[in-house]
This record gives sequence, C-alpha cells and structure tokens, in this order.
Amino acid sequence: MTVYAAIFYVLAGVILVSTGLAITRRNLVHAIVYLVISFFGSAMLYYLFGAPLLAALEIIIYAGAIMVLFLFIIMMLRVDPSTLRRPSLRHWLPAGFLGLIYAVIAVLVVTQDPGSQTMLETALAKPRVFGQFLFQKYWLSVEIVSFLLLIALIGALYLGKGFAKDTGRGKEVEK
Amino acid sequence: MIVPYSHVLFFAGILFAMGVVCAVARRNLIMMLIGVEIMLNSAGLAFVAAALRWQQLEGQVFVLFIFAIAAAEVSVGLALIIYAYRRTGSLDPETYNILKW
Repeated sequence: MTVYAAIFYVLAGVILVSTGLAITRRNLVHAIVYLVISFFGSAMLYYLFGAPLLAALEIIIYAGAIMVLFLFIIMMLRVDPSTLRRPSLRHWLPAGFLGLIYAVIAVLVVTQDPGSQTMLETALAKPRVFGQFLFQKYWLSVEIVSFLLLIALIGALYLGKGFAKDTGRGKEVEK
Repeated sequence: MIVPYSHVLFFAGILFAMGVVCAVARRNLIMMLIGVEIMLNSAGLAFVAAALRWQQLEGQVFVLFIFAIAAAEVSVGLALIIYAYRRTGSLDPETYNILKW
C-alpha cells in the first residue's frame, strides 16, 4: 500500500464519520460544523486526485460560502431541534428492501466491471492548464452557468424583497 | 498509484446514500438542503476520480459546473426557506399544507 492509498483511506474514513455525525446531529449548528470538516476532507481528496484549483474552490465555495450561509440562516431563524423522522415499519420496509436491491446491484456492477480495478495514477492538472482548457473548449458553458447564477441571484432577491409588501397577506393565510 | 477506481466509486456511493438519508429522513427543511449538498459533493468526487482514471480534464470541468449549480441551488433554496418560515413560522415540511383544502 503506497502512502497515497493510506492518505485516501484515512481521508475517506474521516469524511464518512464526520458526514455520518452531521446527518444525525439534532443541533443544526453542530451538524454544520461537522459538515465543514467533511468538506475540508473532500478538498484534500481533490488535491490528492490532482485538481488543486478545485480543491481551493471546494474550500472557498463549499466549506466557506455555502456553509456560512447555512449558519447565518440557522442563527437567524428560531430552529427547534429537529428529530429524525421515524416512519412505521410498514413504510420503511419496502423502501429498505428496494434500496438493498439497488445497493447489491451497484456493488456487483462496480466489482464485475473489468476496468474498475485499474489503479489511479497520480497526475496533476495545473490551474493554468485547467483554466486554458476550460475557456478554450467550454467557454459557452461557462457563460451559461454565469447566467444561471445571475438568475439565481435575481430569484433570491425577489423572494426576499417581495415579502415586505406581502406581510398582510401572510397573516391572512395563517388565520 | 493511489487506489483502484472501484474504491473511490464505493466511497462516493456511500456518501451519496448518506445524503439521500439526510434529505429524506430529516424533519427539517435546512437538513434537506444539506442532504442535497452532500449528494452533489459526492458526485463531484466521483467525477474528479473519473477525470484521473481516464486522464481527461472534462471531469474536472464538470465539477466546476457542479459547484456553480450548488451555489445557485443553495441561494434560491434558502431564500425559499426564509419565505416559507415567515409565512408559517416553522421549518417542518409537514406544516406546509396551506394548499390543502
């Protein structure tokens, strides 16, 4: 086992444990903090897989911006400690059974595929190379995604702003 | 030589399943969004590993777009959550039934 493999398994273990803790916490702030740990681990995995630019973006966008946004919202709203939904066995059994079938089939597909045993070789995509590749071949997609972000911005602004005039109606609905 | 590609796929699959459980089983809108984030992140990990497996940069380009879409999804989703919270005063998805007659 090479040192890279050891790094991968340790990081995978840390990510799985912290994500598992995050999705079971009752306190949302604790969940977010565990999730930040998980995303830091993901960023290191990106680096291990030869994507340093994506590793930096993962920390900036995911662990930084998105998680802080969640923290803001959680601290702004009065959030009751939420419980895990406990459906009855009658509802849970079919879902678990079908999920188990899919899991078994997925394991079979991945293990039986002859190409799946190829070892990943270490390689590095330098940010300069990556950026040139991105803007030479996929510039149109970049423009479309930037447009999508603009639309999301306008939508979020509209949703946040429209409420001020709407207050009366909201109360009416509550009655 | 890092690890076989299948190990990365298994890892990403387990992470994705955790995201599904979080999105489905939690009684809270914010935790549902977080579950979607976990799923997107695990898909990104699988894409980067595939980019390394075939030595093609397209996988990494796709992860960049996943980041952008996650950011857009979170901003609109949280705006919707705040809007719904102001109207109903709760984050439990089962209280959003004002369309029911």
